[in-house]
Amino acid sequence: MSKITRRRFLAGSAAGGAALMLTPAQKALAAGSFEGFPEGMGVLVDLTRCVGCRTCEAACNEEQHLPEPSKPFDDFSVFDEIHHGQKRRTTDKAYTIVNRYDVKDTEEPLYRKIQCNHCNEPACLTSCFVNAYKKTPEGAVIYNSKVCVGCRNCMIACPFHIPAYSYHSVLNPVIKKCIFCYDTRLKEGKPPACVESCPQQVMTFGKRKDLMKIAHERIKKNPDTYVNHVYGEKEVGGTGWFYLSNAPFEEAGFDTDLPKKPIIDNVKDFLAIVPMVLTIWPALFTGFHLLATKGKSHGHGDDHSHDEQEGH
Amino acid sequence: MVHAGKQLMTGLGVILLSAVLAVGCYAMDYPEEIEIDSLVNLYEAVVFDHAMHVDATENCSECHHHTTGTGVANEYCAKCHNGNEEMDLVACVDCHSADPLSPENLHNPTPDFVYHNDQPNLKAAYHLNCIGCHKEVDGPTGCEDCHAKTEAGDKFYHSGEFAPKESAHSSGH
Repeated sequence: MSKITRRRFLAGSAAGGAALMLTPAQKALAAGSFEGFPEGMGVLVDLTRCVGCRTCEAACNEEQHLPEPSKPFDDFSVFDEIHHGQKRRTTDKAYTIVNRYDVKDTEEPLYRKIQCNHCNEPACLTSCFVNAYKKTPEGAVIYNSKVCVGCRNCMIACPFHIPAYSYHSVLNPVIKKCIFCYDTRLKEGKPPACVESCPQQVMTFGKRKDLMKIAHERIKKNPDTYVNHVYGEKEVGGTGWFYLSNAPFEEAGFDTDLPKKPIIDNVKDFLAIVPMVLTIWPALFTGFHLLATKGKSHGHGDDHSHDEQEGH
Repeated sequence: MVHAGKQLMTGLGVILLSAVLAVGCYAMDYPEEIEIDSLVNLYEAVVFDHAMHVDATENCSECHHHTTGTGVANEYCAKCHNGNEEMDLVACVDCHSADPLSPENLHNPTPDFVYHNDQPNLKAAYHLNCIGCHKEVDGPTGCEDCHAKTEAGDKFYHSGEFAPKESAHSSGH
């Protein structure tokens, strides 16, 4: 097994901790000011075009060699499925799924494809203590399942609830999620399988910065059709996949309460002082302790025993 | 039936097999039927009854924008195009690239000064146009209303004889 052993992990943590102490200020500055790789690719998802045919799900299944689905991909009864009170979500066997939402004031339901949004500053990446995750210059958030220890921090960290866990695997359960078809397509400049398969071009593939312009142009040209918002332009620091909709995003199941800043911003102030705590506090408080107890060791002991006696 | 010609698109090989008959309505030549076989690995080719759609629609520009010389249905397009002249390029595939996502095309994107920088690809141009209109006129909108799956298609969708066996999984999970 090539998984990290406990000893190797502890050695790595110690080295990492030492490195962190040397560069706390740089780390803190870097977080929150990163706007994605300039040439990073992205996908503009236009929900107004989706007809819920599920071809993207089939294409993903084939491309990623995923196990057989429990229902055929042309079976639309899945849209009525409710699991634990919720609509379908991505699993270790389905990296993308389409859900149907009934929207107020329109006869047509809204379909929404769900997959990893490939954040500019991924919370999964920052939450991973074995550095399994990586944001590639092409724009994908990929992970190395060989180093994944199965802690599932990323599942909790992800604001979109995307990473799934192979619970059924007894010997080597790991995290599974959409990787933007990085290995087989993106790194060669090709669009992911779902994008290519879509009959309606719900998804447009290209450089994120170019697509963002197109997204705003579509809103400008069709102000009566679209909600004036590009979901994912600013959410959690910007995502590689972003959305246009004709219905309010919360009605299509989007979390509209997400912060505009990356998730790492919630903790970076705290993380920046960790090295200080580790290096200065022990010496400082040892000093205080020594000063405070100088020549009083007997008195302290007496007080303590006195308290104890009173207590009984 | 006069064999008018077939247009081979580099890459996907979209073939327009058509019979051109001079039909009076717009005093214009157009194919009666168009066989669309770009997804032929998953589906049987679709034979598009062009003549029927010519009869059904009021104006060619409803599908062909400003290219057929029959005016412009969309007010937005009319801002630049008066649509009174028939253009050399009329077929969908003449403007809607079959493969705009190829690495070559992605690395040579449409220049910024070109207004039409957000054209749907050929497959989407068909589907957006067809399904969009069919929803309004109660035409067929289901996938298999137009596309009969091949065996490879059934395999791709895990349907038909390739459907998951109910007993293999505990349902209702």
